[in-house]
Amino acid sequence: MTINSYLDKTTKAASLAVFRILFGLLMLISLIRFTALGWIDKLYISPEFFFSYTGFSWVQPMGQWTYLLFVICGLSATGVTFGYKYRFSIIIFFLSFTYIELMDKTTYLNHYYFISVMAFLMIWLPMHRYYSVDAYRDKNLRAQYIPKWTVDAIKLVLGIVYFYAGLAKINYDWLINALPLKIWLPGSYDLPLIGGLLEQSWVAYAFSWGGMMYDLAIPFLLLWKPTRKIAFFLVIVFHLLTRALFPIGMFPFIMIVSTLIFLDPRVHEQIIDIVANLIGKTKDIFDNGVSIIANTKKTHNWSIYIVSVFLVLQLLIPFRHLLYPDNLYWTEEGYRFSWRVMLMEKAGTATFKIVDGETRKRFYVDNTDFLTSFQEKQMATQPDMIIEYAHYLHDHFGSQGHQNIEVYVESYVTLNGALSKPYIDPKVDLAKESDTWRHKEWVLEH
Amino acid sequence: MKKTAQLGLIVLLTIVSTIWVGCSDDMPNTDKTPNDQFDRSAMLEHWADGFIIPGYQSYLEAIDSMDAKAERFVADPNISRLNDLRNNYRFAYNAWQEVSMFEIGKAEELALRNQTNIYPTNREEILGNIISETYNLELPSTIDQQGFPAIEFLIYAVSATDLLIVDQFKSNDAYKAYLTNLTSRMTSLTREVYTNWTSGYRETFIADAGSSASSSVNRMVNDFLFYYERFLRAGKIAIPAGVFSGTPLANNVEALYTPAPTLNKSLYINALTSFKNFFEGTSKYIGNGPSLTAYLGYIQILTSGANISHAIETAIDNAIEVSNGLDNDLNRQVEVDNSKMLATYDALQVVTVLMKTDMLSALNVSVDYVDADGD
Repeated sequence: MTINSYLDKTTKAASLAVFRILFGLLMLISLIRFTALGWIDKLYISPEFFFSYTGFSWVQPMGQWTYLLFVICGLSATGVTFGYKYRFSIIIFFLSFTYIELMDKTTYLNHYYFISVMAFLMIWLPMHRYYSVDAYRDKNLRAQYIPKWTVDAIKLVLGIVYFYAGLAKINYDWLINALPLKIWLPGSYDLPLIGGLLEQSWVAYAFSWGGMMYDLAIPFLLLWKPTRKIAFFLVIVFHLLTRALFPIGMFPFIMIVSTLIFLDPRVHEQIIDIVANLIGKTKDIFDNGVSIIANTKKTHNWSIYIVSVFLVLQLLIPFRHLLYPDNLYWTEEGYRFSWRVMLMEKAGTATFKIVDGETRKRFYVDNTDFLTSFQEKQMATQPDMIIEYAHYLHDHFGSQGHQNIEVYVESYVTLNGALSKPYIDPKVDLAKESDTWRHKEWVLEH
Repeated sequence: MKKTAQLGLIVLLTIVSTIWVGCSDDMPNTDKTPNDQFDRSAMLEHWADGFIIPGYQSYLEAIDSMDAKAERFVADPNISRLNDLRNNYRFAYNAWQEVSMFEIGKAEELALRNQTNIYPTNREEILGNIISETYNLELPSTIDQQGFPAIEFLIYAVSATDLLIVDQFKSNDAYKAYLTNLTSRMTSLTREVYTNWTSGYRETFIADAGSSASSSVNRMVNDFLFYYERFLRAGKIAIPAGVFSGTPLANNVEALYTPAPTLNKSLYINALTSFKNFFEGTSKYIGNGPSLTAYLGYIQILTSGANISHAIETAIDNAIEVSNGLDNDLNRQVEVDNSKMLATYDALQVVTVLMKTDMLSALNVSVDYVDADGD
């Protein structure tokens, strides 16, 4: 009964329309920026080898055609903004964007994952019922009110991102040692106004504790009406500050724009009015008083199930690290897809030794022959990438006529400013090990 | 009205933010004096005045003199002038080891190192150039036909004996032209680099004391590390020892043709010592000053982290000690007992790990040309 009455609740469709318009627009800007910086070539075309996710090794860049993939992605983002053939556009956007992210694990960023998550969710929500080309053309599609749960689903995902990022900050190094901020903040000593403060120890502590509390509290402050405005102000300050301090690209802007969803629907209508003024199409025809209700045993029924399962997964996936032993930051087993953002300063070197099993002849690999410096840097601290590269080396030198090749790695990693320590067991032949979701025994203990 | 104002603010912020994205990625450094306790400008100044500029000055004097000796030799080829030239070559090659690591600014633009010291040199192409007399040393494809290794080949190994070498030069003007083309090209390139430093680049270099990826400290640390990995560790030791190929490549040592007293070990030791001096800030021209040791020490206090500079200094000292045990002729060392070369590589590799891992991490220096976003 209570569930049904919740599902029957409606809210203004303008909220979803604003989210759709701004999300698509920011995606388009991000893709143009990515292209303009020359990153398509640098990250997806010039490298010789690409790191794949388990089960997705078939997802590879396509040479010069990769540009076309970005064009398709950009066009679909535009389609999303305009609400033009919306369902088709958002599906294409989700698939093309996710494909791009799957091409090389090296470039994994939580904020790219966030975009895939959000795009997937948006496939199932009625984002195009209001102020969209689709609804403009099709009277039957227009609706002024949509189920409240659809807006809440977006809020929940945002809440998870913040809250889980906050939970991840509750750890010894972050709170008691103010690491890695103590290492990172002094790097921005030349910022105007606050630069001088960044080398002060207390500032690192203030940022560490402040960041933790901000992440944990902000979803609730945004949900609760009396604190909503101040919370949104905090969102802007927080993200612009992180943008100034760290090289995090578009993420702050995406988060600022996304959290607009928490504001009152009247604000969203006002934003639509501004857009309407700009392009000269009022929202009047969409204000038809029609309300689509989810629980009508019609089309949206199965959306609810898909979205519910998806949200439950989102709640659970970040906790999968509990299934693994040893230090999460060291082994990184269960580290990705968990909103662990800017949590550690980790760097390493990995030197691979190839041994011919027959002759025992051995030599070291020059990583720059196969990897870009970016790939090398990422690989050196992540066991799943180390083993994938080891297998690649095994196959590469095997095809050169070496027999029974054994691959060993001598690797060192430093975590949060501690002196570097051996990382992977140098006595283990990595060619004989495989990358599974099981605990990797060959990662030395921290 | 109040609502509209708020809304306006939101939209304004979004627009400002968007514009900010567009222009802040490669925001040029705004050149402020850092107001922290560690004065990065002072470190840059010490690097410029204690190492780079006087280093290039000494090196330029050495190759100017080598160029003059080459001119003198080709004017009237004889044994005594040949030996004179050879002595100068030895001296200049050593001076080069002290500046090879500073491939920044003009030197980087001109690719000075590639045109000065690529070995093994390409004998066939050099002889082909001399016969055809049509060659363009400015082409990137000719880097293995010029610089010290090519000069060395011409003055030590182009013929079987010293007398035959002299005869070769006496009887063939094309040899004379090639030799002096090589020496004069080196001086003109180096002069360009040196002049650039003394006519403004020094100030630019020191002023760019910020923290961006393109700041002087960032680039210098990257270049210095790249030099160490590729040219010192790999070029001088690992490649001839066969570390990357599995089979030793004894003929890939530096200064292969220079006979006793062989040069390659002393060039290597000189390079390693220069590297250490730079790291520690010990200038033979102006004495001690702030460098990476001091910088790391400062960071260590700031972050209550590990004593990285001590670990690196110990590792370099150990590498020098192991290296001192090598034969004076690295070519012979590879052939007689390569295990000593491999042990040297291992010692050098410890330094690589500490610098690439611990030092870069502590200094917050990003590996260059990695400018993708983080999160």
